[in-house]
Amino acid sequence: MKFTEKMWLIFKYSFKDMIRAKWIIVYLLFYLLLGFILLFLNNDLSSSVITIMNIIIILTPLIGTLFGVMFYYNSREFTELLIAQPIRRSRIFMGQYLGVSLSLSLSLVIGLGLPFLIFGLANSAEIFNFIMLIFIGMALTFSFTGLSMWISLRNSNRIKGFGYSVLLWLFFAVIYDGIFLSLLLIFENYPIDQFSLLMSMLNPIDLSRILVLIKLDISALMGYTGAVFQTFFGSNWGIVISGIMLLLWMTTPAYMMVRSSKRRDF
Amino acid sequence: MSRFLGILTCLMISASVFGQIEVCSDCQFKTVPSAIESASPHDTVLVHKGIYPIHNMVITKPITLRGLNRPVLDGEDKGYIVKILSDSVSFTGFDIRRVGISHTEDYAAIYSFRADYLEISDNHLEDVFFGIRLEKSSNVVVKDNIVKGRFSREFDSGNGIHLWHCKNARVEGNDLSGLRDGIYFEFVDDSYVIANRSHHNTRYGLHYMFSNDDDYLDNYFYNNGAGVAVMFSKNIKMINNRFSHNWGTSSYGLLLKEIYDAEIKMNLFEKNTVAISVDGSSRIYYRNNDFIQNGWAIRVTGGCYVNQFTSNNFISNSFDVSYNSKLNDNLFQGNFWSSYSGYDIDRDGWGDIPYRPVKLFSYVVNRTPETIVLLRSFFIDIINFSERVTPVFTPDNLMDDQPSMKKIKW
Repeated sequence: MKFTEKMWLIFKYSFKDMIRAKWIIVYLLFYLLLGFILLFLNNDLSSSVITIMNIIIILTPLIGTLFGVMFYYNSREFTELLIAQPIRRSRIFMGQYLGVSLSLSLSLVIGLGLPFLIFGLANSAEIFNFIMLIFIGMALTFSFTGLSMWISLRNSNRIKGFGYSVLLWLFFAVIYDGIFLSLLLIFENYPIDQFSLLMSMLNPIDLSRILVLIKLDISALMGYTGAVFQTFFGSNWGIVISGIMLLLWMTTPAYMMVRSSKRRDF
Repeated sequence: MSRFLGILTCLMISASVFGQIEVCSDCQFKTVPSAIESASPHDTVLVHKGIYPIHNMVITKPITLRGLNRPVLDGEDKGYIVKILSDSVSFTGFDIRRVGISHTEDYAAIYSFRADYLEISDNHLEDVFFGIRLEKSSNVVVKDNIVKGRFSREFDSGNGIHLWHCKNARVEGNDLSGLRDGIYFEFVDDSYVIANRSHHNTRYGLHYMFSNDDDYLDNYFYNNGAGVAVMFSKNIKMINNRFSHNWGTSSYGLLLKEIYDAEIKMNLFEKNTVAISVDGSSRIYYRNNDFIQNGWAIRVTGGCYVNQFTSNNFISNSFDVSYNSKLNDNLFQGNFWSSYSGYDIDRDGWGDIPYRPVKLFSYVVNRTPETIVLLRSFFIDIINFSERVTPVFTPDNLMDDQPSMKKIKW
């Protein structure tokens, strides 16, 4: 798919729309406040990075989900109008999707980047961990905005669309890990290390958490006796594989959304 | 201390009163053994710069051997290099290389047997199997040596400084790396280990077996298989040491096994997989230690009674305390826990609600280690919280009922 002039127009429109909607400003202010308060209370960049990880991997998917759904249903009339024009559907929806997710990512980058820069991130050893954290936050935003827009496209009932999207977030953020833990405990007598790595690859939130853990909490993870974990967490393989999986999680929802937009009967 | 000073002064006096023999390529004595043979007791043998191939050199009289500008004693992988079988020998300023490797003999660069009042200082030992191995020798000083092993595997490397059946030893300011154990004490009593650096050893940085009444202070242990192991010993004082980056499977900062009446004070444990692993050890006082960014700060496995954990700082550890039983006979009081979420309404500096350092998740990980992939997951936070409210799996009396609100300073 080419980034054409028309797609650029739609992207610009969606982006401006998001900023005009004020919510994005609230989101930005929230991150600014969070960053400043955390660093003010803590004054220690490395432990703040860990705290922020907890917030990012829960909050960015939720915000991505909510904004994706809200944007889709709010601009539905306009979208239908656009569809009547000689523009390819894929460009319309791709433009909207990029507008929403990029504006959200921008809030994240500015909102957390500014306080950390002021508190001396540039001269700190934590800068790479922080950049990775921001990238993970962006990936999750893209992934969950795509997922929620895809769900909204498939449900014309906005209550249903909203419900499913939030449920999906709840599933990935909480329920999935509950099932995961139960499975691990039930099958504890079997070799389950490969299985457990696979399970964590299949959930973007777990995947992001693992990526951060490899960088930050490696000491605890290394305590596990097992060759599979050793190679995964001890070498760069873990980062490479999880990075590729996260990339897949970023692109697949968008692809699915565009695909179902072509089939949808408006 | 005064005793050691006494030895030193005696040695100095002997050096001035007694004769001096020099060894170099154009001196009367060209080899070290020939010089030692013609030396009378308490003489000084000065060895000038050069390379001297030597193995199995036996010293049977009290003499001072001193290297000028670091002469090299090359063992050519043939076995022992220097064997000291006499009291009051001083051995200083040498470079020693290439000790033989054997699986039946414990070859060492410097070996002593039944030799008291030794001083071994300022030597550089490289490619050793065992570095300095002293047996049944008391009142010895091992100071400022650098010992490097061959960085090979555990079963074909030896220990850096290995003491067996010794008393009143003082091991100070040495740098030990690439060995099996940096420093190894077996049946060594009333001894001091001070300000050594022990790193990149395949097993332990410092290892005590069956040794009582020893102190180790101001040492730095990093990147070892495990920092320090203290086993089957009594009355060991561990003060102001630093344990860091002892990472890996079954890797510890400090391993305590069957020890009694120890004091662990003012140590810094950072970035270890397990900072302290305690097994069957009782009456141990942990005070003013810093545990920072470890996987597990303290892992207790069975049979540990009447231990006291007071005024320690637990900061950003993945697990503060892990426990494998439901019984608790240990005291946790007045520590600072960075993950404490309570409040202090009466503003006396102590949190008003107790802190429970054992989380449900650490219990789960003990049972099924693979669950570690769920570390810091939101779901885990939820179950930890519910367990904290109503303890079911973790010992319900294991808590710090006086957690400090601020990082403790001393």
